Amino acid sequence: MTIVGTGQAGTLESSDILVTVSPAESGSGIILQLTSPVIKQFGRHIEEFITNLAREQGLSDVTIHANDRGALDCTIEARVLTAIARSKVKAV
Amino acid sequence: MEKLRRAMMFVPGNNPGMLQNAGIYKADTVIFDVEDSVLISEKDAARQLVHNVIKTVKYPCEVAVRINHITTPYGKEDLAVILPAKPDLIRLPKAETAEEIKIIDEIISEAEEKNGFAHGSIKMMAAIETAKGLMKAYEICSASPRMVALALGAEDFLADLKTTRSSHGSELFGARSQIILAARAAGVQAIDTVFTNVNDEEAFIAETTRIKEMGFDGKSVINPRQIKMLYKIFAPTEKEIDLAERVLAAYEEAKAKNSGVIALNGKMIDVPVVTRAERVIGYARALGLRKGGSTND
Repeated sequence: MTIVGTGQAGTLESSDILVTVSPAESGSGIILQLTSPVIKQFGRHIEEFITNLAREQGLSDVTIHANDRGALDCTIEARVLTAIARSKVKAV
Repeated sequence: MEKLRRAMMFVPGNNPGMLQNAGIYKADTVIFDVEDSVLISEKDAARQLVHNVIKTVKYPCEVAVRINHITTPYGKEDLAVILPAKPDLIRLPKAETAEEIKIIDEIISEAEEKNGFAHGSIKMMAAIETAKGLMKAYEICSASPRMVALALGAEDFLADLKTTRSSHGSELFGARSQIILAARAAGVQAIDTVFTNVNDEEAFIAETTRIKEMGFDGKSVINPRQIKMLYKIFAPTEKEIDLAERVLAAYEEAKAKNSGVIALNGKMIDVPVVTRAERVIGYARALGLRKGGSTND
């Protein structure tokens, strides 16, 4: 599934994560750009978690910007799902 | 023994930090709010976040969610997203009719069946926030066996009455009295409104003392600092605990003897006295003043 709109959810407050999903070129796959103060400790886990979520939602060519502020997995999941849902709302 | 709901603490539903830490303040109930504290543009994000947090975090207390009113564009979607996470309680704002309670009851029943939850496991409470709702208070709390409490929402209620809140609270006396009567007649708990000036501790203590004397079971709070003060006011004295223990011991003795008459020191004890004693012991246990499981376990 390819999205055509941009969707964003979350905030830059502590314990939250700001997630933006937008369309990427055909064939580019899931491109994730992560910023996090705990990237050394948990960066790989967060990247895998977000990528798997996007895959489970059926996304193929998408760019995801994630600016993490120490969010738990349950928050990351909520924000990613909301951002995806919002991108679909905007899709034509 | 019925569940204690002395402090029901509101937590904004779109704030992950507040949601995940909500259990540490020892409120009897946390109420995750997706209504007034969430912008219209963020309703979708809040309900998804509340769903995920309830499913993930183990809270040491009852977990409630205040949804948007069922007649708004958000109420039914709130229920659709949040019920599968199995909150303990749904709080309904601006309740005005028994019919709306029945509609939500049906939606909850369907969700319980669909998700394999025990029927009736998700409870309901309603907030009275209009004069029309107050006139229907008894019907509202009798409309479903899921109903466990009736609350007062003062800010909207006073706007409806075309007045404002004072420090002495006389403008709310009529509503509080009617809510207590309706709740007791229907066999549900009565929960007082929030006290919004968190810096005025003296007025909070005065108001909480007043509503405890009126018979309220608890109060909605918006700041964790209010919880400790509230518990202190609701705490029974050592004398009250001691009497309650002796009443319950006499009750147990009468039950063991299959006697229909309960007596203590030669005096007859009525069933309401036993009920009151159970409530006192429930408070004492919740505060760690007596051993035994709290009613909130």
